[in-house]
Amino acid sequence: MAPVLELRNITKRFPGVLANDHINLRLEEGEILALLGENGAGKSTLMNILYGLYEPDEGEIIIRGQKVAIEGPADAIRQGIGMVHQHFMLIPVLTVTENVMLGDESTYTPVRILKRDEVAARIRELSEQHGLYVDPDARVQSLSVGVRQRVEIIKVLYRDANILILDEPTAVLTPQEADELFEILRSLRKQGVSIIFISHKLREVLELADRVMVIRRGKVVGETKTEDADQARLAEMMVGRQVALTVEKGPAQVGDPVLNIENLYVMDDRFQMVVDGVSLEVHAGEVLGVAGVQGNGQTEFVEALTGLRQVRGGKVTIEGKDVTNATPRELVEAGVAHIPEDRQADGLVLRFPVADNFVINTYYKPPFARGWRINRAAIDEQAQRLIEDFDIRTPSAYVPVSNLSGGNQQKVIVAREFSRPIKLLVANQPTRGLDVGSIEYIHQQLINKRDAGVAVLLVSAELDEIMGLSDRIAVMFHGKITAVVDAADVSKEQVGLMMAGSSLEEALKQAPGRSDRPIEAIL
Amino acid sequence: MTATTANTQSDSMMALKKERRRAIAFGVFFLLVAAAILVLFVINTDNEMMSTLKLNPTTRNKPIHVPDLVLPTQLTLIVLFIITGAMGAYQLGKGFKNAATALGVVFLIFIAAFLVWATRNKAINLLGILSFTVAAATPIAFAGLSGVICERSGVINIAIEGQMLVGAMIAVLVASVTDSQWLGLGVAIISGAVLGALLAVLAIRFLVDQIIAGVAINIFGLGITSFISQRYMQPNPELNTGGVFPKIAIPLLSKIPVIGPIFFNQNAIVYILFATVIVMHFMLWYTRWGLRTQAVGEHPRAADTLGINVFRIRYINVIIGGMIASIGGAYLTIGSVGRFDENITAGKGFIGLAAMIFGQWTPLGTYGASLIFGFSDALQAKLQILGKVQVPIPSEWLLILPYLITIIVLAGVVGRTVPPAADGQPYVKE
Repeated sequence: MAPVLELRNITKRFPGVLANDHINLRLEEGEILALLGENGAGKSTLMNILYGLYEPDEGEIIIRGQKVAIEGPADAIRQGIGMVHQHFMLIPVLTVTENVMLGDESTYTPVRILKRDEVAARIRELSEQHGLYVDPDARVQSLSVGVRQRVEIIKVLYRDANILILDEPTAVLTPQEADELFEILRSLRKQGVSIIFISHKLREVLELADRVMVIRRGKVVGETKTEDADQARLAEMMVGRQVALTVEKGPAQVGDPVLNIENLYVMDDRFQMVVDGVSLEVHAGEVLGVAGVQGNGQTEFVEALTGLRQVRGGKVTIEGKDVTNATPRELVEAGVAHIPEDRQADGLVLRFPVADNFVINTYYKPPFARGWRINRAAIDEQAQRLIEDFDIRTPSAYVPVSNLSGGNQQKVIVAREFSRPIKLLVANQPTRGLDVGSIEYIHQQLINKRDAGVAVLLVSAELDEIMGLSDRIAVMFHGKITAVVDAADVSKEQVGLMMAGSSLEEALKQAPGRSDRPIEAIL
Repeated sequence: MTATTANTQSDSMMALKKERRRAIAFGVFFLLVAAAILVLFVINTDNEMMSTLKLNPTTRNKPIHVPDLVLPTQLTLIVLFIITGAMGAYQLGKGFKNAATALGVVFLIFIAAFLVWATRNKAINLLGILSFTVAAATPIAFAGLSGVICERSGVINIAIEGQMLVGAMIAVLVASVTDSQWLGLGVAIISGAVLGALLAVLAIRFLVDQIIAGVAINIFGLGITSFISQRYMQPNPELNTGGVFPKIAIPLLSKIPVIGPIFFNQNAIVYILFATVIVMHFMLWYTRWGLRTQAVGEHPRAADTLGINVFRIRYINVIIGGMIASIGGAYLTIGSVGRFDENITAGKGFIGLAAMIFGQWTPLGTYGASLIFGFSDALQAKLQILGKVQVPIPSEWLLILPYLITIIVLAGVVGRTVPPAADGQPYVKE
């Protein structure tokens, strides 16, 4: 039987890059194919070609044995291809029904009046059939990220697509939401839908896919059935060298307390108290991991510590000095480094060159400033040094930082923050959206700083990251720290349970522990 | 569990506090208005005075006769004072559910009090003021609707002023030459479409900053119309006598007391406006075109991934927007005075944009806001007739009022005004 979809010799060149180099791909009916590759490997380009957003320079697309021309999304939709984009393509102010019908509206002629009721009924039918529960009349802006993704999938099913492309669908989901998504995808597979799943997360690929195709620098470098693959081998194929999936680290040399937080209260933009009386202490030479499902106040917590959000109550000190509500500049001068959660919004000025981004918080001080003048020579010299030291892949120090890949953008931030003497490092989701190679690098840098005696506060929703790096783990739930434990004493399952709201005692009872040592909770 | 409860409690307490502060501010403002009515108006009157508000037109169209409003000045003002004061007290105590509407009501009461005071011992034709309001609101509303249709699709049309000017001149030129106002209007609409297309090409095809492109078109419009006016129309007055669309009293509707003469004894362009408001409202919220327009104005990339041609929709809307603006321009000449003067628009295109914002980018809201602007125009014109002794304030002060309200609205005192998310952002395919 002919495969549902076949791509032959797809080639796409962008100025200076060969994004896709004669790629061949086959997708069988009712199969989940994972496309695995680092950021910038060319996975999304390939899928955008398939969906008609880019035009290939060479190659052909064959659907059910027929060669087809796909010149725009409309053609792709007509061929039964549906795509769930990494950044949702939903219009927040419109309702679910309106979003689903958009572009394929059923209407009464002559002026094409919308048949909202008919579409809403169809949505209810689809959600019933596939377990995609969503209220057709709700406005999208009121829905959580997980539900929005369901809307995206309904959009695709509404168009009767039988080839479903998902571009990094779990990047924005909580672990629970990701599990639900996998259930939905499995049930779709059972109903004969063929799925292409783009990811750089090895664990997910192994859990979900039937077959894996690995892409590196625009070429297919390997293909395997998932049952024959393991994480280490896939990582090696993806990066092109052996990758350490876990960080090697020695025991912590814990020193004096650096950061002291007493009874911290912080509000979000809607004036909800989302950090609700947090007290923590981070010592020199240790990594304190704050674990928690996204949206439990971590964002506001970190913003308050880094001078980006007002503290409503409580006290923050660094080596005894009061820095409550200090400005970001005062904090930088007090020796605080910050790796922000949203690197493009808070970490970089995207239109500035790489070199300028390196000095964005120190430009006013010698050697980068001479009196009121900027010392270009010193900035350029530092840029060359950091690009080399941190192995940042960029055509030059003078291209806008927006031209760099996500991993390299993150390296620019890390290089900047580590280029000056620091006492405290606050890292919020430092590896979000990065591929294994970059993750390995960033993790190693964090541990190096710890070993150099810096106090590291790591905030992450990735359980693996928390478990791999932390010396102590604090669990944040609904704006409160519900437990602080020694990382050596707990298992991943126990921390996961606490992230979902279990108390320490419940978690210890329900899940197998790591050591027999009685756990001392520090609360 | 207890932690969560405590958390939500402190949340809602904070939210309440903020709401409360705003509610108190509104209440205090209402009381201030009440005090103003007392101090400015009530103490200037005595209980002998009567205010007469005429409600029957002097024109040929005679609706069913209603008695004129003859009010005892002082008593009426005191009643209005008490109502406003009570509203303030209620707002401070329990609080109105919809404080914005309450604010609107208080504003209307203040205007009513002002009118009653200004006509003490005199008579004023209220009906005349209101029907002049509808007329004065017409060009503003066309400008605002042009803004709505463009900005809903994500293109800021600041060129409305220029499109109106050109439309105004072409309408009168063509009407003068052909002796047909309808032809004048038709050609004016074509000119609006051309200028709309120019803005669309600059903004959509060549990605020129939309504000700059719009300002350029405005300067062009002002320059070319002033030039033609000075060079050709002033030496040849026969080119500047286009006549005016006659008033048409709509059968039955125009016989409704008060409402009839205000809305249904106007000229054809005003009826075109009513039709435009209703049709645009319906099209925007109930049809495929409306849904796609909103999508393109909010998130063009999303629309693109669903196979919608973003550029096509923006072109269509901006061109229609230009046409609507030029109808507003034509109204200024062949719809009211019958001749063109330099810069006859005098900023009406921009006031229309204010009406659009005030009206939250909706056709009905924009028309409502235009009526408020038109009302203050009318009030200013008519109160001059009463004389300085009767109204000892320069009438221009009254013109400030709508802008004051606009600033209050824009400052976000009455809820937030949210433009379409992609408003003013050019769309570039990857």
